[in-house]
Amino acid sequence: MRTRQTFVAFKTILFKELMRFTRIWVQTILPPAITMVLYFIIFGNLIGPRIGEMGGFNYMEYIVPGLIMMSIITSSYANVVSSFYSSKFQRSVEEVLVAPVPHYVILLGFTLGGVARGLIVGTLVTLVSLFFTDLHIHNFFITVAVVILTAVVFALGGFINAIFAKSFDDISIVPTFVLTPLTYLGGVFYSINLLPEFWQKVSLINPILYMVNAFRYGILGVSDINVGIAFVIIGLFVGILFGVGIYLLHRGVGLRT
Amino acid sequence: MNAISISNLEKVYPGEGEAYALKGIDLEVEEGDFFGLLGPNGAGKSTAIGIICSLVNKTAGKVLVFGQDIDATPVAVKASIGMVPQEFNFSVFEKVKHIVVNQAGYYGLERGLAYEHAEYYLKKLGLWEKRNVQARLLSGGMKRRLMIARALVHEPRLLILDEPTAGVDIELRRSMWDFLREINANGTTIILTTHYLEEAESLCRNLAIIDNGRIVQHTSMKDLIAQLDSETFVLDLARPIGILPEAPGCVLRKVDSQTLEVDVPKEQAINEIFTCLSDKGIEVLSMRNKTNRLEELFLDLVKTNNPKPSTTKAAHAH
Repeated sequence: MRTRQTFVAFKTILFKELMRFTRIWVQTILPPAITMVLYFIIFGNLIGPRIGEMGGFNYMEYIVPGLIMMSIITSSYANVVSSFYSSKFQRSVEEVLVAPVPHYVILLGFTLGGVARGLIVGTLVTLVSLFFTDLHIHNFFITVAVVILTAVVFALGGFINAIFAKSFDDISIVPTFVLTPLTYLGGVFYSINLLPEFWQKVSLINPILYMVNAFRYGILGVSDINVGIAFVIIGLFVGILFGVGIYLLHRGVGLRT
Repeated sequence: MNAISISNLEKVYPGEGEAYALKGIDLEVEEGDFFGLLGPNGAGKSTAIGIICSLVNKTAGKVLVFGQDIDATPVAVKASIGMVPQEFNFSVFEKVKHIVVNQAGYYGLERGLAYEHAEYYLKKLGLWEKRNVQARLLSGGMKRRLMIARALVHEPRLLILDEPTAGVDIELRRSMWDFLREINANGTTIILTTHYLEEAESLCRNLAIIDNGRIVQHTSMKDLIAQLDSETFVLDLARPIGILPEAPGCVLRKVDSQTLEVDVPKEQAINEIFTCLSDKGIEVLSMRNKTNRLEELFLDLVKTNNPKPSTTKAAHAH
């Protein structure tokens, strides 16, 4: 397949993904924004003033980056896992498998579809947060880079989950039992400096901690961890998950009998 | 050049018993042919097609499509094939035109050209009026035609159809036959699996019969039909008869007092039977084939291949 044809195939997959989640925006774009409004009201407006400052900022300012990142993580993952598993369930994935589309194009197309939804939801939640607090960006490049890389990591994660999933239950197990606990324990609502030393060390094995803190650094300029290390870890996850995704596609795991 | 050359193709489904779906088949299909792949349910037809189309991993053997190895040059092989599967395999929430246009995109056709091709094939298959309808709202026959339009949108050299007319009414089936004949006449090689032997007889020039993972017959349709040594006809009589008459050179059976069955050897003229019955005062109102003649031969071939041996790897090895 020539480069131009490969690019057309990539555009087709990406365009189809964009059409899919924008067509059902009430299910895909709106709910995270509504959920975050509730977080802003309850944790920021009602409980926040009683908590006081955290990391030198009032509590609402402190949790906004974490909540934006949480919505990006959830949306990127959910988009790819549900889209790719649905295409397996309906067997429409065969449309791509019988066509001369290289495996990396399939993976890139679905992943960037998930990234796009993550970015749209993240932007919407950011706009909503402006009703509750002022947002100043400390480092634009770091903010954007962390957002994109994190969305890529979780879109790839959703793809791998979908490959192994054999039922709709299987696509909700990871978000429920892995993603949500890691996100809540990943420093969205608190600084790990509040934890006893042992639990601080335990928290360091949570990859989401690095993403949330690097993003918080980009916006507020404060972080519990070194931002350089965070980028290395996020980059490693991107590389490993992309490699695993390609390997699974090549072997046809969950796709070819 | 051969459109398909398969040698010693094996497929074992792992698990308890390691079921052998294909036991080392060899198959050749010439470019431009209209080829039938026949066989009972579970014979291995869909597995063979799945392997050719990269949907099933083979266990052993070699598959060449227009001389290119499916393992060495999968992209080039895929580009030359259009596939119509047995089961519906499109997103039911997508619009008809998007299903076809997106498929063209996967094959690298630019959007404008993809729309042109989609329009042509949707019109050819009578689906143009439904182009903005979600696929889930189509009838069963329309869904089948949608899959054919989708398979043809990149204009493949080889079209593979797995039971394309299953569940389709007679009128629509005949119009699909005409369409398939037309694209075959225009140079597209067609491989068809079907349960309708009348369909195979009407369309295919060459065929293979596969049973229990093995090719039991690989020949031309003409030679296969020539293997028939007799045909059975049912005769409806004008009046009831008492005693079963005799006719020279053939076997008559009484189904009921006004119906006879007669086995007529290939070399015997049917006129002789009518003359014989007429001499005995028996008037025949109508006559029909008891079964499709190819069906009889097919059942004979499959029966010869039975009783089916165990399909386990151990049984195969021994």
